[in-house]
Amino acid sequence: MEIKSDKEIKCIIWDLDNTIWDGTLLESDAVHLKPGIKEAIVELDARGILHSIASKNEYECAVAKLKEFGIYDYFLYPEINWNAKSESVKRIRRNLNIGMDNILFIDDQLFEREEVANCHETISVIDIPEPDMLLMHDQLRPSFITEDSRRRRTMYLEDIERRKYEEKYVGPKEEFLASLNMKFSISIASEDDIARAEELTVRTNQLNTTGLTYSYSELSEYIHSVKYELFVCELEDKYGTYGKIGLALIEYEKDHWSLRLLLMSCRIISRNVGNILLSYIMFQAKLAGKKLRADFKQTEKNKVMYITYKFSNFKEVENDGNGNIVFENDLTYITPYPKFVEVLLPDTSFSPMGSETKTSGTNQF
Amino acid sequence: MQEIENKIREFIQENLLVFEVETEIKNTDNIFEMGLVNSLFAMKLLTYIEREFCFIIDNDDLDLKNFNCIENICKLIKSRIEALQL
Repeated sequence: MEIKSDKEIKCIIWDLDNTIWDGTLLESDAVHLKPGIKEAIVELDARGILHSIASKNEYECAVAKLKEFGIYDYFLYPEINWNAKSESVKRIRRNLNIGMDNILFIDDQLFEREEVANCHETISVIDIPEPDMLLMHDQLRPSFITEDSRRRRTMYLEDIERRKYEEKYVGPKEEFLASLNMKFSISIASEDDIARAEELTVRTNQLNTTGLTYSYSELSEYIHSVKYELFVCELEDKYGTYGKIGLALIEYEKDHWSLRLLLMSCRIISRNVGNILLSYIMFQAKLAGKKLRADFKQTEKNKVMYITYKFSNFKEVENDGNGNIVFENDLTYITPYPKFVEVLLPDTSFSPMGSETKTSGTNQF
Repeated sequence: MQEIENKIREFIQENLLVFEVETEIKNTDNIFEMGLVNSLFAMKLLTYIEREFCFIIDNDDLDLKNFNCIENICKLIKSRIEALQL
């Protein structure tokens, strides 16, 4: 079983007839699940890998059959229609907001695999695998299963509810955001957060200032070191929690702080809360009387973060011409937190390098 | 210049977060200090300018002072257009 992409597989898109079950549904209702397939789907779901469907079938019949087999709920944004599968794949990718290279497409028909692969260069396509082979494949075995990965499908389902609400909502965007009752909390990472932090560095490409991944042991060292501070943030709203969605690593240096890494899950990009963590760190550095520096490594995908730094008044102080940039900020201007979200800050004070910074409560700088 | 200004104003009014629908943004209002800007908006604005006025914004131009109000955005666009025409 060969997976073309070397990226983490975040979603498997399944064909139905002769792939998930034996037989063709429109010819006979008596189709049977392939042995081991349900167990594989359930297990992969628990590992945080999402499932979807691209099948040429009658929607109602296929959904009824999936429900009968007790697996309907495992599939997000199923595309059951007569469109080209490349088009179905495109829609699923857009709905999930993940990369094409994070998708594995499984179909028993060579024609469909080629049609999809032709349109989407970076997608991985395979013929029906042995369920065991699937479960044992490295790219489908994340090194850590975190609370967030276990809840991933649920979080996407909550997102679907949000979107329905968003589509119905008429009125100013900010009023809509306020109606979500968002809470954005920032905390100092503890041992329990490390696995998720590692996962975030691996999974986040777009809103990531360096694209560097960190191992469990490196992150563990940082949280125990007085020279470093690792922050995690979490977002929740009236539909549920988005989980731990952001990370920042600061190194305290003698006359300045260095922001080694800043990342935010792209699931929250439309929530307008991405700047809160950066603003918080800027406020803290300013309180401590330090300048703030930030590492940046240009990648194909992270232009948004470059703009974020530039528009947060960071200036380039080093640039090696290969995309490695160091920014510096004199902290004369800091974007205030948006009004439509409740911001919860770490309640324990952290006092880096002898400076006194106490923060608690809500919306205090 | 008036045409550039109209386009930018229209774009900003459609895409920026504003609490009250009627908020009037003046040419010299600092849209960053009003706390209305986020990364997504910034990205959209840059893409819009590049497409609409057919030039690429260099990293050097990506400076807060070029984008903090309608007037400065228009100035930047105008100077780039003029540079292209020379």
